[in-house]
Amino acid sequence: MQDIQTEPVLIAEAIPADLQAEAKGVSLRDVTKKYGSFVAVQNITLDIPAGSYTCLLGPSGCGKTTTMRMIAGHEDISAGDIYIGDTRINGLPATQRNTAMMFQNYALFPHKTVWDNVDFGLKMRGLSIDQRRKRVGEMLEIVGLTQFSDRKPAQLSGGQQQRVALARALVTRPQVLMLDEPLSALDESLRVKTRGELRKLQRQFGMTFLQVTHNQDEAYSLSDQIVVMDHGRVDQVGTPAEIFSRPLSKFVARFTGDNNIFAGTVTSAVQDTHGQFIQLDVPDLGTLLCLGDYAQVGSEAACCIRADLMQIKSLDEAEKSACGPATNRVTARITAVEFTGYVTRVSLVLERGGIEVLYKARTPDWITTPFTEGQVVVLDWAATDCVFLPH
Amino acid sequence: MSETWKALKPYALITPQTLVFLMFLVFPILMIGVVSFWEFNGYSMTPAFTLDNYQGILTDVTLKTYLNTFKFLGLTWLATLLIGYPVAYFLAFHVPKLEWQILLFLVCTIPFWTSNIIRMISWVPLLGREGLVNQGLMGIGLTQEPLQFLLFSDFAVVLGMVHLYIIFMIAPIFNSLMRIERSLVTAAEDLGASGFQTFREVILPLSAPGIAIGSIFIVTLIMGEFVTVRLMGGGQSASVGKLIQTQIGSLQYPLAAANAMVLLAVTMLIIISILRVLDIRKEL
Repeated sequence: MQDIQTEPVLIAEAIPADLQAEAKGVSLRDVTKKYGSFVAVQNITLDIPAGSYTCLLGPSGCGKTTTMRMIAGHEDISAGDIYIGDTRINGLPATQRNTAMMFQNYALFPHKTVWDNVDFGLKMRGLSIDQRRKRVGEMLEIVGLTQFSDRKPAQLSGGQQQRVALARALVTRPQVLMLDEPLSALDESLRVKTRGELRKLQRQFGMTFLQVTHNQDEAYSLSDQIVVMDHGRVDQVGTPAEIFSRPLSKFVARFTGDNNIFAGTVTSAVQDTHGQFIQLDVPDLGTLLCLGDYAQVGSEAACCIRADLMQIKSLDEAEKSACGPATNRVTARITAVEFTGYVTRVSLVLERGGIEVLYKARTPDWITTPFTEGQVVVLDWAATDCVFLPH
Repeated sequence: MSETWKALKPYALITPQTLVFLMFLVFPILMIGVVSFWEFNGYSMTPAFTLDNYQGILTDVTLKTYLNTFKFLGLTWLATLLIGYPVAYFLAFHVPKLEWQILLFLVCTIPFWTSNIIRMISWVPLLGREGLVNQGLMGIGLTQEPLQFLLFSDFAVVLGMVHLYIIFMIAPIFNSLMRIERSLVTAAEDLGASGFQTFREVILPLSAPGIAIGSIFIVTLIMGEFVTVRLMGGGQSASVGKLIQTQIGSLQYPLAAANAMVLLAVTMLIIISILRVLDIRKEL
């Protein structure tokens, strides 16, 4: 995580000197936000490295937007401290924080032209007319909207509006740029394309980007660091790969991917070179073996297996291939098969325990298999792929 | 048949209103227009086409009356805007719940709950020579003599009009302020605008259509006003509406008709110029 800035940065085109800003990190220390008796954000401690692209990921109501608004200065902090760089910014008005925000529905001024929208922040800061002209012109060039500068927002497409909003925020040279669901108003194909542009722009500017999103694909593809939030708390912080393959809680496992989760009691934990091999006794199902860092025998916990990491076998086939000591094996009945393009999603119910599970196959593989709805099959998965979830 | 009926059905909904409009607005105005060109000899009128009536009203008195009406209009417009805008702003931005907004908005309509005349007359003990205000001012020694202008004066007329018509300014401004997305205000602050800059750059331009509609209401209401002028002016104040009413009272119909046509034209001109300056299409 600390090496973000030493990663090779792709600069396709030079950013003009007067648009470059000094990237600063953000630190939150025990930050809490209360609305009356309702706690929206609870004791968050978090570091956002300078120059990183960080996503706050979580379902609606998890406190991610409130956290961002507190950093931006649009929401008071009930308790705790927020630092941008080394400066404590509690109570500072939004204007003096050197941050800029791109709003969810862009919040473009409908009565102003594209140029005047982008110019707004510079005008309010009292820059000279020459500086403003130069910077707005350069900024519109970067986002490719020069020929639209006289249009009103209503005369632009959704993607163009999005870029105006981005330009309006970037042109003020923020030390931290905050993006509130910047892609949610775009349609699917444009979203994927714009995602790439955002990432490229962040690399070019070398700016700290902090984005709020409820979409894990967005977080995976954009972030250097993902902060998963739930019920006003930080659940897990890590790189996209860490969050995807090593979730630490049931919530993260459920929210960030297609994981099958089994709750149970820890019956044994044996140290191995990879970590701890943990036996979990799942009610009505039996014992599952998973890999974790540390587990207390007797504690309630869970484990998860990604839907694409299981092997599906017919009963005959399973009889022939013996189940190794580090493999979990269950029998299940196929209840539904859903074709979604490259991936086929297969819903099953375990024969013991009645737990619903999901299996994902590559469609080209699935169409060569003989399995049909209603058939009873065997699911095998390696204990090393099965992730222990302490909470 | 049923196809035709289906196509016509929507129009059936508006037919009654169209008829009312035609019979009781368009037709009478056309009648007035026609009568304004009839011959009049002081006793009887005969159908004809003459401009005598229009020449007859082109007098210093008429001009003065128009100027006085414009004075009422200007003062009332300014007062309703300066008093009404903050009220609308308060309702839209500082009252958090919709129920409270509606309730407080209804409070603004209280002046309409009693009859015009009773309300005006009840001001006599307040604003009259021996009224509360004068007694209070003399009591604390601010004035020696009772202030005469408080009642039966142009001041009283404007006071009455502002009080009566301010809701017509508040309502459209409130409506346009309610349509401003709150995120625009946050965005302006985020981009470094002060409270006043946010108001000047974002809120005021976006509420301009509401100001325009409110202004149109005020113009149409004040230009034809005669009840408040008569009651509050106490015979001292003149307005075009009152002039027309006096002419009707003395059965000078063609003169009154000519006056009415001029008034209509002047009112239309003012409204067109308002629409020239402020674009209200967004609000429609």
